[in-house]
Amino acid sequence: MASRRDFLKGTGGLVLASGGGWLASHAHGAVPNTPGLAALPGGATASGDLETLAGKIPLIKRSWRPPNYETPLSYFTAEITPNNAFFVRWHLAAIPEVSAATWKLKIGGDAAATPYEIDLEQLKRDFAAVELVAVNQCSGNRRGLFEPHVVGVEWGVGAMGNARWKGARLKDVLAKAGLKKEAVEIVLDGADGPVMPATPDFQKSLPVWKAIDENTLLAYEMNGEPLPHWNGFPVRVVVPGWTGTYWMKQVTSINAVSKPFEGFWVKGAYRIPIGKFPMIDHFASQLFVANAPITEMVVNSLIANVTSGQQVSVGRPFDVKGVAWDGGRGIAQVDVSVDGGRSWRAATLGQDLGRFSFRSFAIAVTPPAPGPMVIMSRATNRAGSTQTAELIANPAGYHHNVMQRIEVNAV
Amino acid sequence: MKTTLIAVALALAFGIVAAQERRIELKDAPGRAQVEANCGSCHSLDYIVLNSPFLDKAGWDASVTKMIKVFGAPINADDAKAIADYLAANYGKS
Repeated sequence: MASRRDFLKGTGGLVLASGGGWLASHAHGAVPNTPGLAALPGGATASGDLETLAGKIPLIKRSWRPPNYETPLSYFTAEITPNNAFFVRWHLAAIPEVSAATWKLKIGGDAAATPYEIDLEQLKRDFAAVELVAVNQCSGNRRGLFEPHVVGVEWGVGAMGNARWKGARLKDVLAKAGLKKEAVEIVLDGADGPVMPATPDFQKSLPVWKAIDENTLLAYEMNGEPLPHWNGFPVRVVVPGWTGTYWMKQVTSINAVSKPFEGFWVKGAYRIPIGKFPMIDHFASQLFVANAPITEMVVNSLIANVTSGQQVSVGRPFDVKGVAWDGGRGIAQVDVSVDGGRSWRAATLGQDLGRFSFRSFAIAVTPPAPGPMVIMSRATNRAGSTQTAELIANPAGYHHNVMQRIEVNAV
Repeated sequence: MKTTLIAVALALAFGIVAAQERRIELKDAPGRAQVEANCGSCHSLDYIVLNSPFLDKAGWDASVTKMIKVFGAPINADDAKAIADYLAANYGKS
């Protein structure tokens, strides 16, 4: 139940937001949607202009308020996504501008023996700093490409990015609070809030085992800089391998609890049908009979330098390039086909930035004869999981990892 | 009374923000005023265009119901019906 304080926090945020120069300017441009997958809804294509949020390059606008913007395709040939091109995703529209000087993080809950509060300087000074590279991908990335379409933010392929994160281990921060053995989940809340008092605040929980994984961080740097406002300044939770829903932005409270969290965004959203996906990581305290919280990302790849309808020359080699990623086992191989999946060749993998990172791939292909040529990529991770040829339907439009079929024309 | 005060506070806050959004010219048809007055309080109206045109009447009914029941939108029954009818007729599956 949202309180009056939440409401005031909300409107206060809006006033700050409107005065802080955080709003979009509108450099327009049509964005082609030709990654060789199903089409976006017509309305999504029509309204998906390139627009510029403060501090960002032009991104593909999906919605203004709350702001949801995706990264253009061409950025996904490189391992690291620049901060100013990193996608933006918010659930609720009351987003305050948080000041580094006044930001405080409260650590407590009924399963913490010694609750405490720290500021940003203390977080940086009192806990060992850890750096890792990890993909942050919205659970609903590619939702707009579901056929039949499902309701939600109709993302194309760009609701994801990969960055080098630096921060304190959540494990260390929890240890200082005296995590009790009764703890079952760690509840995360950020400074953002709902517009209407009755709207469920965006809060998430993690199972304790994932929260105390050595790779789960409270990050205060992204690619060597403070996080952009839009990506959770000053501190966001980084949950490598798991979808972005758990990566709480502008985190302000962390509570260790002895009973499963009851909030809407865990009980009523971000769930996938049981048995349909090759899920390894389990969130056991939140299992229902028919569905489970989404956890790790499915293995996927994206060809980012070739699009459907493009013309290529017979006998002249060109590179097919992109990135591959998964939920933390690491990419073992990326195969590319230029004959619609009848035959495959292994692409050359780029630098290994760790098992949570994008892995770039490239392969030179030569059109053998005039006519259409269907280019596909297929990533395989170290657990042997690969991508699907057919969409795995699920009500909320998560885990889209269908292989692209990019049809180019050789002349 | 409390609802009115909240509405006024939101209007003040959103008056500024909404002006920064590009204006969405929703299709001119019965129900548009109710859509703009209610839906636009919590989210920009481009969400409607974004989610079109693939929902049938039952789909838009379900979306409006979810906004009220799950997200706590204070929309009265008459407006809810007008909104769902408008969305199905103008932004629904043809």
